Amino acid sequence: MELFSANSIIFFLLATIILVFGVISVTTTKILRAATSLFFVLFAIAGLYLFLSYDFIAAVQLSVYAGGIVVLFVFAILLVKNLGEETEKVSCQKKLVGGIAAAAGVIVSLITIFKYGFIINESADAIAETVKMQTVGETLMGVDQYQYLLPFEASSILLLACIIGSVVVAQKNKEEKR
Amino acid sequence: MNIPVEYFLVLSTLLFFIGVFGFIVRKNLIGILMSVELILNAVNINFVVFNRFLFPDKLEGYIYGLFVIVVAAAETAVAIAIIINVYRSMKNIDVNTIKELKN
Amino acid sequence: MDYTILLLAIPFLMFLTIGLLGYKMTPKFSGLLGTAGLAVVTALAYYTAYRYFFTEFGQAAEGAWETNVMFNFTWLDLSNANRPDLMIKIGMLLDPISVMMLVVITTVSLMVHIYSMGYMHGEEGFQRYYAVLSLFTFAMLGLVVATNIFQMYIFWELVGVSSFLLISFYFTKPSAVRAAKKAFIVTRFADMFFLIGILILSYYTKTFDFQALTAVDTEAGHATLVFNTMGGKMFMGLSVTSIALLLIFLGGAGKSAMFPFHIWLPDAMEGPTPASALIHAATMVVAGVFLVARLFPVYFFEAPDVLTVIAYVGGFTSLFAAVIACTQTDIKRVLAFSTISQIAYMMVALGVSKYGGHDGLGFTASMWHLFTHAMFKATLFMAAGCIIHAVHSNEMDAMGGLRHYMKKTYLTFGLACFAIAGIFPLSGFFSKDEILVAAWEADKVLYWCQTFVAGLTAFYMFRLFFRIFFYEEPKYEHHTPHEAPANMWVPLCILSVYTVFSGWFPFSKWISSDLIGYDIHTHWPIALGSTAVALLGIGIAFALYYKKNNIPDRIANACNSFYTWASHRFYIDEVYLFITNKIIFGGICTAIAWFDRHVIDGFMDMLGWSTNTISEETKEIQSGSVQQYAWLFIMGVITITALALYL
Repeated sequence: MELFSANSIIFFLLATIILVFGVISVTTTKILRAATSLFFVLFAIAGLYLFLSYDFIAAVQLSVYAGGIVVLFVFAILLVKNLGEETEKVSCQKKLVGGIAAAAGVIVSLITIFKYGFIINESADAIAETVKMQTVGETLMGVDQYQYLLPFEASSILLLACIIGSVVVAQKNKEEKR
Repeated sequence: MNIPVEYFLVLSTLLFFIGVFGFIVRKNLIGILMSVELILNAVNINFVVFNRFLFPDKLEGYIYGLFVIVVAAAETAVAIAIIINVYRSMKNIDVNTIKELKN
Repeated sequence: MDYTILLLAIPFLMFLTIGLLGYKMTPKFSGLLGTAGLAVVTALAYYTAYRYFFTEFGQAAEGAWETNVMFNFTWLDLSNANRPDLMIKIGMLLDPISVMMLVVITTVSLMVHIYSMGYMHGEEGFQRYYAVLSLFTFAMLGLVVATNIFQMYIFWELVGVSSFLLISFYFTKPSAVRAAKKAFIVTRFADMFFLIGILILSYYTKTFDFQALTAVDTEAGHATLVFNTMGGKMFMGLSVTSIALLLIFLGGAGKSAMFPFHIWLPDAMEGPTPASALIHAATMVVAGVFLVARLFPVYFFEAPDVLTVIAYVGGFTSLFAAVIACTQTDIKRVLAFSTISQIAYMMVALGVSKYGGHDGLGFTASMWHLFTHAMFKATLFMAAGCIIHAVHSNEMDAMGGLRHYMKKTYLTFGLACFAIAGIFPLSGFFSKDEILVAAWEADKVLYWCQTFVAGLTAFYMFRLFFRIFFYEEPKYEHHTPHEAPANMWVPLCILSVYTVFSGWFPFSKWISSDLIGYDIHTHWPIALGSTAVALLGIGIAFALYYKKNNIPDRIANACNSFYTWASHRFYIDEVYLFITNKIIFGGICTAIAWFDRHVIDGFMDMLGWSTNTISEETKEIQSGSVQQYAWLFIMGVITITALALYL
């Protein structure tokens, strides 16, 4: 691969953003700052999907994650008093423990990744084009092999359950107060 | 597309373990939840990348990625609702001090 | 099964009734109930004796005595194809010696029951006393009518228990408690040998039954079953039969207070005097003699060497106890040592006896002496009880000149003393004479030894007699002594009748080693010799103790160390204490205790400690901290992955 081709520049840029802001989001002492970093990470991941020519999932990533979840986080942080200003000190021991786990996991995973090759489908480059929305829609809504209507409906029920659940959880205290 | 698949996997691995690190280290519940989001995204990257590079003519990974996003969104919503509720009753969301369920 | 089961059932029912309901009865009622029950048993025993000796019931063919098994039900079945007869039964076996023992036990027990009404009057625990007396009577009767050696062992332990309960009757007195423990432990220790002996015997013969064990083939001169199963088997250079029978004898030696197990009997005098009269003079202590007599054919034919041991142990014990008896000042202890000595006499007689007809004279003499001794020793104990009752002390120093105050006691005690000394025509003369004859025929050394003991017996008994009833009168400060009430002196007189006349019973017709009656006649040379020795002993006692003088003290000073040794009972108790305290407790037990405390306990502690520590350490893992769990989970997954992929 060429180091300075457009592709690799874009990839490394995105990768750098993801990793740097990922690290910031888990290490910063200010929670609001962490939420902001998380937003950048999610945003860059959406870029990565675009880079892989998967437009629809990139859009979903942007709208659900970057748009929805991060906003939810920010609201939660603001609702929970003082959390924005509160500094969170983490003990060195805890950092060390977490670092050991992470480092061990990284080492094992990387060795595994590089030791075993992947059978790359040579046509990947050839079909490096956007997946049509129609295909996505048919896949989601179809009932044939490799079509996913049932999971789709299941996820809709899940979402409904979540809405109801959230309402119940949030309301419970109000009733108690009365 | 001349980026090797390993590069993406290294990226997702690093992101995954950054999330794990955060999960272990963070004190407050919202921070932990964010770390979980990072982990989920790392997994999602893997789904998509494998779909892209190994089975470009199908859409399994793609659809799974979508579902992961949906489930993650739902999970986050419920989790935040719980966190806020916990905060209301205890004025605190530090995992080390929330021990009501322990005994 | 007929009325004979009542002989066992009534005392047992009395024990249950008085033991369980006694607290609801008045003392007098419980005493009367126990006495009435025993009177019935006594009547039945006499009826049985009459039926056995004077009707066809007891007659077998050819003038021999029948061995009747009245009932015999299986209590514990241990049989299988290999050993069809090995079962523990409870039954009743009537043969001359057990019938005689029935008479002895019920007579003495009834007398003691009546006597105790007066002696124990007003004591706390009166009902308990009567309950245990009934238990003892039940156990002793069960022992003598045992059809098999294991039944005997069971009742053997029961009499041990009731003896323990009676010695510790005054359980608020530490000395009584100590004495009870001593008696129980010493006899129990000996019983361990008994049990081992039983096990060895039954292991080979595959039966417990007395009739099977003592079956004899006189032609071949063997106890058939024992010879066939155990003959010729050796263990560590000794024949197994000898070992088993020696162990059984050791059990008997423990109950009968033979040297070196005699130490418990003097201390057992801490119990109430009538109980001593019944248990520690007349009945329980002769159980060892009875045991040897019961197994006599086996001893004689299969282990004559053990019989020799028995004879010499008996001879030594009788001499030893008689010497000690001369130096004791507590009147009950004198009687206790006298009992040891007299039981040893019976053992000697058994030991020197042979089998069949006139050769079995020793056997007859032994049982005869058992009978007469039971009567006169019970008399002596009861009379001693009257004296103690009158002067409130066991010590000779508190007594003297009592003949003026207690006529009836004086007379009966005197009669019994003459009887035990062996003066014609009282009962002791006949039985002792036969023992000496048997000893003369078997072993001259034992004869001279026993003759000397006869002299000593006369001496110490009359020392006691003169010291109590003559001598110098001490100041009776609190009150003058008085005669005991009627319920005490009447049994005394009844027993004196036996003491006087039981010598005239035709014992040799009734009791013999081979169940065939024969005639005996007095051997005048030996009888005159022993009478002369006895009179000499009486004369010395008269000289020393009739009036207060300083000769006894001078004699004691002259043989100073020997006197000290004898009055301290030759320090046997101290030897026992040394062995148990210093060697067993101090040496072996300390090591074992150390091992137990440090190694066993240490091991247990270590188990507990390590469990505790491990849980203390690992409970940190169960912190409830989700992050810690997550960390462990991730590390686990990583480890497993790494292992699965790269190992």
